[in-house]
Amino acid sequence: MGWIRSFYRSTVGKKIVMALTGIIGVGFVTGHMLGNLLVFSGPEAMNKYAEFLKSNAAFLWTLRLTLLAAVGLHVHAAWSLTMLARAARPAGYDRQVTQISTFSARSLRIGGVILLVFLIFHLLHLTVGNVHPAFSPTDAYGNVMIGLSVPAVAAFYVLAMAALALHLHHGVWSLFQTLGWNHPHINPLRRRLAVLLAIVIATGFATIPLAVAFGLVG
Amino acid sequence: MNLNLTLRVWRQSGPNSPGRLESYEAKDISTHMSFLEMLDVVNERLISSGKEPIAFDHDCREGICGACSLVINGVPHGPLKGTTTCQLHMRHFSDGQTITIEPWRARPFPVIRDLVVDRGAFDRIIQAGGYISVSTGNAPEANSVPIAKEAVDRAMDAAACIGCGACVAACPNASAMLFTAAKITHLGLLPQGQPERERRARNMVHQMDLEGFGGCTNFGECQEACPKNISVETIARMNRDYRSAVLTDRGEQRAAGGF
Amino acid sequence: MELNAKVPGGPLAEKWDNHKFALKLVNPANRRKYKIIVVGSGLAGASAAASLGEMGYNVLCFTYHDSPRRAHSIAAQGGINAAKNYQNDGDSIQRLFYDTIKGGDFRARESNVYRLAQVSVNIIDQCVAQGVPFARDYGGLLDNRSFGGAQVSRTFYARGQTGQQLLIGAYQALERQIGHGTVTMVPRTEMLDLVVADGRARGIVTRHLISGKIERWAADAVILATGGYGNAFYLSTNAKACNVTAVWRAYKRGAAFANPCFTQIHPTCIPVSGDYQSKLTLMSESLRNDGRVWVPKAAGDTRAPGDIPDADRDYFLERKYPSFGNLAPRDISSRAAKQVCDEGRGVGETGLGVYLDFADSIKRLGEQTIRDRYGNLFEMYERITGENPYRVPMRIFPAVHYTMGGLWVDYNLMSTIPGLHVLGEANFSDHGANRLGASALMQGLADGYFVIPYTIGDYLAGTKLEKIDADDPAFLAVAGEAEARTRRLLGVNGTRTVDSFHKELGRILWDHCGMARNAAGLRSALEKIPVLREQFWKDVRVLGSGEELNQELEKAGRVADFLEFAEVMCLDALQREESCGGHFREEYQTEEGEALRNDEQYSYVSAWEYRGEGAAPVMHKEPLGFENVKLATRSYK
Ligand SMILES: Cc1cc2nc3c(=O)[nH]c(=O)nc-3n(C[C@H](O)[C@H](O)[C@H](O)COP(=O)(O)OP(=O)(O)OC[C@H]3O[C@@H](n4cnc5c(N)ncnc54)[C@H](O)[C@@H]3O)c2cc1C
Ligand code: HEM
Ligand code: HEM
Ligand code: SF4
Ligand code: F3S
Ligand code: FES
Repeated sequence: MGWIRSFYRSTVGKKIVMALTGIIGVGFVTGHMLGNLLVFSGPEAMNKYAEFLKSNAAFLWTLRLTLLAAVGLHVHAAWSLTMLARAARPAGYDRQVTQISTFSARSLRIGGVILLVFLIFHLLHLTVGNVHPAFSPTDAYGNVMIGLSVPAVAAFYVLAMAALALHLHHGVWSLFQTLGWNHPHINPLRRRLAVLLAIVIATGFATIPLAVAFGLVG
Repeated sequence: MNLNLTLRVWRQSGPNSPGRLESYEAKDISTHMSFLEMLDVVNERLISSGKEPIAFDHDCREGICGACSLVINGVPHGPLKGTTTCQLHMRHFSDGQTITIEPWRARPFPVIRDLVVDRGAFDRIIQAGGYISVSTGNAPEANSVPIAKEAVDRAMDAAACIGCGACVAACPNASAMLFTAAKITHLGLLPQGQPERERRARNMVHQMDLEGFGGCTNFGECQEACPKNISVETIARMNRDYRSAVLTDRGEQRAAGGF
Repeated sequence: MELNAKVPGGPLAEKWDNHKFALKLVNPANRRKYKIIVVGSGLAGASAAASLGEMGYNVLCFTYHDSPRRAHSIAAQGGINAAKNYQNDGDSIQRLFYDTIKGGDFRARESNVYRLAQVSVNIIDQCVAQGVPFARDYGGLLDNRSFGGAQVSRTFYARGQTGQQLLIGAYQALERQIGHGTVTMVPRTEMLDLVVADGRARGIVTRHLISGKIERWAADAVILATGGYGNAFYLSTNAKACNVTAVWRAYKRGAAFANPCFTQIHPTCIPVSGDYQSKLTLMSESLRNDGRVWVPKAAGDTRAPGDIPDADRDYFLERKYPSFGNLAPRDISSRAAKQVCDEGRGVGETGLGVYLDFADSIKRLGEQTIRDRYGNLFEMYERITGENPYRVPMRIFPAVHYTMGGLWVDYNLMSTIPGLHVLGEANFSDHGANRLGASALMQGLADGYFVIPYTIGDYLAGTKLEKIDADDPAFLAVAGEAEARTRRLLGVNGTRTVDSFHKELGRILWDHCGMARNAAGLRSALEKIPVLREQFWKDVRVLGSGEELNQELEKAGRVADFLEFAEVMCLDALQREESCGGHFREEYQTEEGEALRNDEQYSYVSAWEYRGEGAAPVMHKEPLGFENVKLATRSYK
């Protein structure tokens, strides 16, 4: 298995791992966002969906473990690449002007940290429930309604979604490059796909805390 | 019309000495001068006043040897796209301007003196596999393998790299991906380069990492700074070659003792 | 001093093959035991070092650059000749040979030139195999363009960056050997002197440009591939660091210097814009395929070029040389441009320029075609001048470009010092009095890939070499001299910068030993140069120390050598009382102002021997015999 180690030790290999785990992430957030929108269909729909997800333990744990591994690898690779980049330029410039890199690219790392913090909070908040004021393992709908009615929490959710939007705006475009899927025919579509996913997913999610905060549901 | 400028120049007397930015007045600079000619004039004046001149790398002064290397106002090779410092002319600056001049900054490019850095890491990356293994006298007749014009043209686009290191200087991660990828692309697009294609990608990437360059976040700054307009598409190609090298070449790697 | 060219016998076409068979070989198992020093990593040096490394020799390769890839060869734009006859236009080895001999105005050695034409075809094969992306046509086969001085299309090219691509090919081959450990690269190290022991070249003394350390290196043979000395003129198309030091030091240790006055002035360079000018930029000669050269008919015509109607334009190359037109050879085109400028018809602010006009070609072929062919050159022109050559004609003027002269070598590329071999522009071998475009790259690679690997084996196998190491007194003595010289340069502590001396020397040479020379001018140069040299040693200011990166010190050492060398150059120009190729003596011209050669008396190579400090050098002659070509007046009309 030396090749795996050597692959992962290289900057290109790490980046490929980030892209693959990123794809898992994009897949998950897309589905999760669509599922969450069921809050607008009322408690029954939402809770039925949550129940359905939990009804098959094998499926649930496969998903959870995959996600956990993906997040773990993604975060580890992100950390390691960030450290390598730091080490590669011990002395910085007095003046450095960036010419073309997007804000989303430059905010990737700090956005990643926000997402990580969010994720931990979010799991404790809506899955485990120990930072939730009135957690009920069987009432996902209620958990969301009550959980997000705290304005600071709702605000944090929205902030995290902004970070997610930026992360996707760069990440989705970038992963094609990382995986070497670049072809003159595909390249113009990459940016459009990234913008589309960033907007749809982030706004899709963000409507929920906003709707709860402004009392539009429940 | 001539320009009066203020320069802020990185001065450092040796690899292990501390450095700092120092200010110099550059008066009466013709707009027809190249940037390096402007520095020549400043140096002549420094010498006349008994001060040591500013050291900077240069040679061909026509944009091809890759020796010149200055970060000018925060941009490697200065403000003009697709242009090396030696080909940058003072008509692109304005009277009264302050110009900050710094060396390439990256751990694998240690400063030797003032604005001169050591780019030997690039040679070692080429040594690791940036070639086609053909010894003198082994070559078949040149026209025996036709190569599609488009392929050669694209190979030439990548082969135009002058090894200046601006890509590293510009990259927020100090990554040498563009340089490495340009060579992998140049050779990988040609039929002659196929037999070693994957091994080349793997070995060059590993050497690049060993030298201590950063990874790629796809910022794209390298392409903007590159005086030869090498495209980041080459990086995608390198990633692909590297991936297939590792996924398909495992046997060979093990035979070679793994990496 | 004896000049034995060691030209093998037999018919011209068989000499090289016969010779290769006759050469002694070094057993592959023994090669590792031989240490070979290669100074220079341009086309000639890199190709030699790589090839010798592949063969198994223990090679040390030196360059003052940080990387072999920066050698001046990188700047060659136009292309490389080879007698492939891919265009089916009547090219052959014989024709390339003839064109080169004629282009050189019959001042080159037949046997060497023929060999060059022979191996030219192998060079292209080798380079393609290395991955050099030569231009191709839509069928995928190699494309060619034509170059000055030839009526066939035999120039292979890679956009306007042929030298770069060839050098990268050789550099990659070299790096491969460095990786394999057969070649040890010693970058940022300048050779300051040659060590001769027991009459043989046994090593060099260098200065490490970063630490300043003077180091000694012993070997079994030394190869110099250190390029040309066009920078003696200060302004030239050469890279800033190009210099004469290595070959000059070898000369002072006993190597004959051949034809030092043969300098090529390239017709298509961007004119000087001011006294701060640090170098001149070449616009590839290939531009003359589609550009037309002209000046106004009347002196003092200051109209914008577009406002001058055809009737008032003088397309002087087409007028004077109808069959070659704008593609007349370099020396001839340069002189023609100088003539019209001397007549007051030059263009641009300084009056030192002629137009190179693409308007007709753009009309005929469309802007896109021109862009495809010369896009990068046009961009370069615009970057430098701020003018758009698609709209206004380019302005060009001749500039020093190449030096045909160099250390004298025999057929085996060995100098008059046994064991010292000289390759590429540093030797004098193949171009006579004028080099045709696209032949320098060919020569450098021929020497490095296909000649020296054979001939050096003969030297090593046929010579009993005593063991010597770098602590030998011979080395210590030379190193001591080098150190003393460095100290002396630092010790002058005068008032003038190195560049100011260099500029002054350049001015003297350009005025008196440039495009046109005459006895009076050369004599006055010979008076001025020693005076300038004396001033230099009294008044130069080199700050800093010798134990660090000190670019002024590097320059000072080079300029000091130029100041000595320039004298031999002028002496050589003075003794050659004829006009041939790049050497135009005003006293010797036809009524039409064309060069007037004197085959009776000057059909020889002049080889200068050093006779000690302060003593006048002695000239030796290698007579040139022409058995296979008929000496003819070179006509391009
Ligand atoms: C602008 C330009 C365009 C040209 N275009 C063409 C063209 O289109 N076609 C063509 O055929 N020719 C062309 N030429 C000519 C051709 O490029 C050169 O003649 C040729 O490349 C010389 O190669 P070389 O290997 O002999 O020397 P160089 O490439 O000059 O290499 C010299 C090497 O020696 C080293 N060196 C020198 N002195 C020392 C020292 N003292 N110590 C250590 N190292 C030293 C240098 O570092 C360098 O590595 C052109 C020349 C110029 C100037
Ligand atoms: C959990 C915390 C997260 C952190 C700390 C984080 C961090 C990062 C960082 C630093 C990068 C850039 C890596 C580099 O090129 O140097 C990155 C890339 C990426 N991330 Fe994340 N991320 C996180 C979560 C996510 C999530 C949830 C998704 C999916 C929705 C995601 C998708 C991506 C994608 C697609 C890329 C681009 C990969 C590429 O360029 O090939 N990330 N992430
Ligand atoms: C406003 C937006 C969001 C809402 C309302 C929301 C809601 C929820 C709810 C209700 C659960 C619990 C499901 C259950 O236990 O039945 C949950 C779980 C989860 N959410 Fe979110 N979520 C949001 C955004 C996100 C984002 C952006 C991510 C990822 C970056 C994410 C990742 C997760 C994960 C990993 C789980 C755990 C799944 C499991 O049980 O294994 N969520 N979310
Ligand atoms: S890729 Fe561009 S910027 Fe990087 S070394 Fe090559 S030419 Fe310079
Ligand atoms: S700027 Fe750096 S991050 Fe990648 S795209 Fe270029 S190497
Ligand atoms: S000095 Fe050669 S590229 Fe600038």
